[in-house]
Amino acid sequence: MAILKVNSLSKNFGKVKAVTEVSFEATEGKVLSLLGPSGCGKTTTLRCIAGFENPDTGEISLDDRKITHIPPEKRGIGMVFQNYALWPHMTVYANLAFGLQIKKIPKDEIPKKIKRVLSMVRLEGYENRYPRQMSGGQQQRIAMARALVFEPEIMLLDEPLSNLDAQLREEMRFEFTELQKKLGITAVYVTHDQAEALVISDKIVILNKGTIVQSGSPKEIYSNPKNKFVAGFIAVTSFLDGNVDSFIEEKTKVIVKTDDGLIIQGLNNSLSIGQRVSVALRMKAIKFIKDGNNEKRKKINTFRGKIIQLSYLGNTVDYKIQIGKWQIRTNADAKYDFKIGEEVTFSLPTEDIIVTLEE
Amino acid sequence: MHKGGFRKTIEIIIFTVFMFFLFAPLFSMGIWSVALRWYWPNTLPQEIGLDYWLQALGITKSLTLGAVNVIPAFILSLGIAIIVVIITMAIAIPAGYSLAKLKIPALLKGIILILFLLPRAFPQQPVFINLMLMFNKIGITGTVFGVILVHLVVGLVFAVWITASTFSSIPPELEEAARSVGASRLKAFLKVTLPISTPGLIASAVFVFLTSMDEFTGTFFVGIPFVTTLPMTLYSASGSNIQFASVIAILLLIPSILFMIIIQKFLKAEHLGGIGG
Repeated sequence: MAILKVNSLSKNFGKVKAVTEVSFEATEGKVLSLLGPSGCGKTTTLRCIAGFENPDTGEISLDDRKITHIPPEKRGIGMVFQNYALWPHMTVYANLAFGLQIKKIPKDEIPKKIKRVLSMVRLEGYENRYPRQMSGGQQQRIAMARALVFEPEIMLLDEPLSNLDAQLREEMRFEFTELQKKLGITAVYVTHDQAEALVISDKIVILNKGTIVQSGSPKEIYSNPKNKFVAGFIAVTSFLDGNVDSFIEEKTKVIVKTDDGLIIQGLNNSLSIGQRVSVALRMKAIKFIKDGNNEKRKKINTFRGKIIQLSYLGNTVDYKIQIGKWQIRTNADAKYDFKIGEEVTFSLPTEDIIVTLEE
Repeated sequence: MHKGGFRKTIEIIIFTVFMFFLFAPLFSMGIWSVALRWYWPNTLPQEIGLDYWLQALGITKSLTLGAVNVIPAFILSLGIAIIVVIITMAIAIPAGYSLAKLKIPALLKGIILILFLLPRAFPQQPVFINLMLMFNKIGITGTVFGVILVHLVVGLVFAVWITASTFSSIPPELEEAARSVGASRLKAFLKVTLPISTPGLIASAVFVFLTSMDEFTGTFFVGIPFVTTLPMTLYSASGSNIQFASVIAILLLIPSILFMIIIQKFLKAEHLGGIGG
């Protein structure tokens, strides 16, 4: 059941089109992520849902209640901000009690609710601290607690983990998922971090330049990116552009001829002959064949290139390989120990070759 | 260790020089205010006493040239300053908030701020002479009301600029967070923005207060001869009697010093830190 519906939402700031015709539905008890690079309109969309921005056109409804133009305080939506936005002049207790007092929750219930929410975020006994006396991670959890304490139907999170260091961020991802699953709360989560979105989401909506590019489950998006933008944003950084040449194996596989004449075989993604496509190579656990180790039979999807750049990372080495006119980045086991200028050969299984639309 | 010692020495020298320039004139004023007889070439007064203080404070009467009872002037100045602070802040808080937080086009915002700054952007005498001519027409020269209006012109400049920058230094998310938990716009302002900006608002109020206490030029043109504030008495005393002038100058300093102490307390207050963390 969809609890939050956003229907063809548009918002311009002067001449800048921040959000154009965005529609999606968030399912009850699930996490929906709005994912995209900065300036893609994801935060504006979230702020329209929260009520801090007035959309130009479109409709937002919560539980079949139209909320498009009602003020934020009447929406009953919890919000977690990127900079936490804890009130510096109030203790943790006062921060959490503020909303409860406004909502006229009976006086004797307030301490109980605060105690419960603090134990949820594992910060019992922090009632009398001021925000500045706590670490970033703790402040983040209090911000989460403040949004949760009045038991909203839905919770909005605007890049809540982006101010934390990498290790803590990963920890907090799991903590958030655990808490969200336990409470069964619906969440709309804005992030620019694709790894974060893949981990925490039930559904991902990918935005670019204010419009939705693709939406689906993390798995769908990862294994079947709709175009070069999505593929590039989710996982791959290197592409070979070309045209669809022909189909084989009853149209389940596609042969692509790149602009410089390389022939690549990949999975068909409802394409048609002659279409402009980008080929993304999923370069994981690649087995290299040193040149001179002459493999006479030219296998399909065997690539030959020259190392043009490398950076040593300890266990692994990052290589930039020139294949024809394309530059491919990959990360390989340090045992290979290639030098700059060395010729290398590797082959990829068809499953790791993603053929997507160029635009 | 040596480096630290050297640094410390420099600091002490700078501090001493600073204190000398700050306190030497005050010290000289203090001596003058109690000097009954002090003629060249004596380094210190030949005779000291509190006579001038007692006369200035209206405790004893005297016929000395330039002798005035400054207590009524002090009370008048204080009264005017307090009224000016109240009116100024009543205007500056909503004005500053609107300029800082509402979506006003940048050009319009600039024009409004420049308008507030304009009275200070010109030489003061011509501005006040024009003001005097205008006030003459509506008959409010020589009234306390006219003087309050002049002080408002001066005070609003600082107050609006300081409050606007105080409010705009507060992250908008703090108010938005309050609204997301159910607070109305007004409640979010009263419970979140206002308490956080208290130090800035107090600083601005103190500034306005001190400006009003010290204001001379405008009061001179608009208030004379009926409104005699403390700086006016200082002016008339300074020409004839340096002892009286010193007493008045010290009296003028008292509110400033008191307010500095109050500000100090407030700016150190616990809740100031951690904004935006």
